[in-house]
Amino acid sequence: MTTTDVATVPVAAAAPTVPDAPRRRGRGRLRTVLLGLPVPVLFLVLWHLGRAQEWELPLGLRMGFLPYPADVAAGLVNYVAGTRDDAFSSLLWEDLPASALRVVSGFALATLIAVPLGVLMGRFRTANSLFDPMINLFRPIPATAWVPLVALLIGYGDQASIFLITLSAFFPIVLGTISGARQVPERLLEAARMLGTSGVGTLLRVVLPAAAPAIVNGMRVGLGLAWVILVLSETTGVPTGLGSTIFLARDVVQTDQIVVGMICIAVAGFLSDRLLTLFFRVLFRDRPLIK
Amino acid sequence: MDTQHLAAGRTADVRIAGLSKVYAGGVAAMADVDLTIASGEFVAVVGASGCGKSTLLRILAGFERPSAGVVEVGGTPVTGPGPDRGVVFQDYGLFPWLSVRENVAYGPARKKLPKAEVAAVTDRFIAAVGLTRFAGKYPAQLSGGMQQRVAIARVLANDPSLLLMDEPFGALDALTRADLQTELKRIHVDTRTTVVFVTHSIEEAVYLADRVVVMTGGASHGVPGSVRRIVPVDLADRDVTSPAFNAVKREIAELVHTVPAAA
Ligand SMILES: Nc1ncnc2c1ncn2[C@@H]1O[C@H](COP(=O)(O)OP(=O)(O)O)[C@@H](O)[C@H]1O
Ligand SMILES: [Mg+2]
Repeated sequence: MTTTDVATVPVAAAAPTVPDAPRRRGRGRLRTVLLGLPVPVLFLVLWHLGRAQEWELPLGLRMGFLPYPADVAAGLVNYVAGTRDDAFSSLLWEDLPASALRVVSGFALATLIAVPLGVLMGRFRTANSLFDPMINLFRPIPATAWVPLVALLIGYGDQASIFLITLSAFFPIVLGTISGARQVPERLLEAARMLGTSGVGTLLRVVLPAAAPAIVNGMRVGLGLAWVILVLSETTGVPTGLGSTIFLARDVVQTDQIVVGMICIAVAGFLSDRLLTLFFRVLFRDRPLIK
Repeated sequence: MDTQHLAAGRTADVRIAGLSKVYAGGVAAMADVDLTIASGEFVAVVGASGCGKSTLLRILAGFERPSAGVVEVGGTPVTGPGPDRGVVFQDYGLFPWLSVRENVAYGPARKKLPKAEVAAVTDRFIAAVGLTRFAGKYPAQLSGGMQQRVAIARVLANDPSLLLMDEPFGALDALTRADLQTELKRIHVDTRTTVVFVTHSIEEAVYLADRVVVMTGGASHGVPGSVRRIVPVDLADRDVTSPAFNAVKREIAELVHTVPAAA
């Protein structure tokens, strides 16, 4: 087959210059990591310089009022390990459990209401017609707009905080569940019924597992929003919490502590998302779900 | 593959009289269908696409309500789907998140049988379709033929008195199809469950069935589907190459491909 070999010669000659696949992939990952570094480093450098030279940026942003990055780092260490002996020393270990409890309570309450409601709305036209107008009416109201009313209705404290979190986590979960429940293949419902599954049984044994990926997505968005709304929900006068501490820091004009609080909320939100994902991975083991 | 003592051997007769179906939207899928099937009989249904074969099967399964007429299985009117009538779909309809074992155990578990009994029944039917080594796999990890074996084991584990199959081998390659035909025939001999088997393949119908129901018409032809004729298959052995076999095939093909003279 010498004649056909001729045609492949240019390709063969070019081959050695192309790195083999695994090495290329390894190099690609290293490249990704390395490319991820310069911008954050530049950000920190500019932050430091801007603070030192008290830059004035557009929108009236006066960098002179910022803490130095190094101060924030020290504040963070103090908040975690109590190195400074001030009002914020080791306070994380009081704030984090208090905030996490609010987020978890609100999120759990939202899930408990939203998943059954979403399953019913996704499967039964009557349920959908009954609740859809209410959901569309309430969904566009931002949680911030609820704060004054909640202050009057519930007063200040944990319950008001949990109410706001529940409210904001509810909508993404219910919408995810509805869309998941609607997309259950009709064939699987038929299979379940001809194998002797009752109506309620079908919801539990077919609709829930088939809708699981959409429900999990909704829950992840909901949990993220719960952390977003946490700071706002802790303006309702609760004494401890990551958000409360940010406001305390503002009142005593300790900007490094404000930034420390912001960082801690971001990390807590990120970790809780990982935890939720891990929980579902353990729950489903390696079961193939409908994508 | 031991299929002895597969089931308690429940079996039921079928009585369909004056059955008509008009779908929502006014599609007249079938009209005035009469069909009586004896307990333990294997009946194949053939006919051009759209003549109402699936509709007939889905009414027997209880997925669709008749617009008029009587449909009885084992003397009881069909009012909805139930585990006494097992359905095997062309696209299998297995639960993707359940393993082979869990799919087969699904029906027995719904009957609230003791755990040990569920496990025993499950193992027996997985073995009957030759999938013991694959019991822990998920449907997506299996070939089409293996998935259809799981689907068959899943309904048999429910000990149905009527087995409803809608082009169950239609999506399989010829070799797999032949294997499953042989296996289904053996299972039918062992269980004596009544079978209604819809197929596009006349050869498959003649190979498997005691009687072949030839349907004609259909909404797309402007007339509702109906039974044109019921052809008994009186062949001692089903050698697909024998002249007798091919004579029956030819007779049915004639009925499927020609339009009946206006009455
Ligand atoms: N759910 C339905 N709604 C409306 N029309 C339907 C429905 N199912 C089937 N039909 C129509 O009924 C006729 C018979 O369909 P079907 O029983 O699926 O035929 P077959 O299985 O013989 O190909 C066809 O014209 C089809 O379009
Ligand atoms: Mg069909």
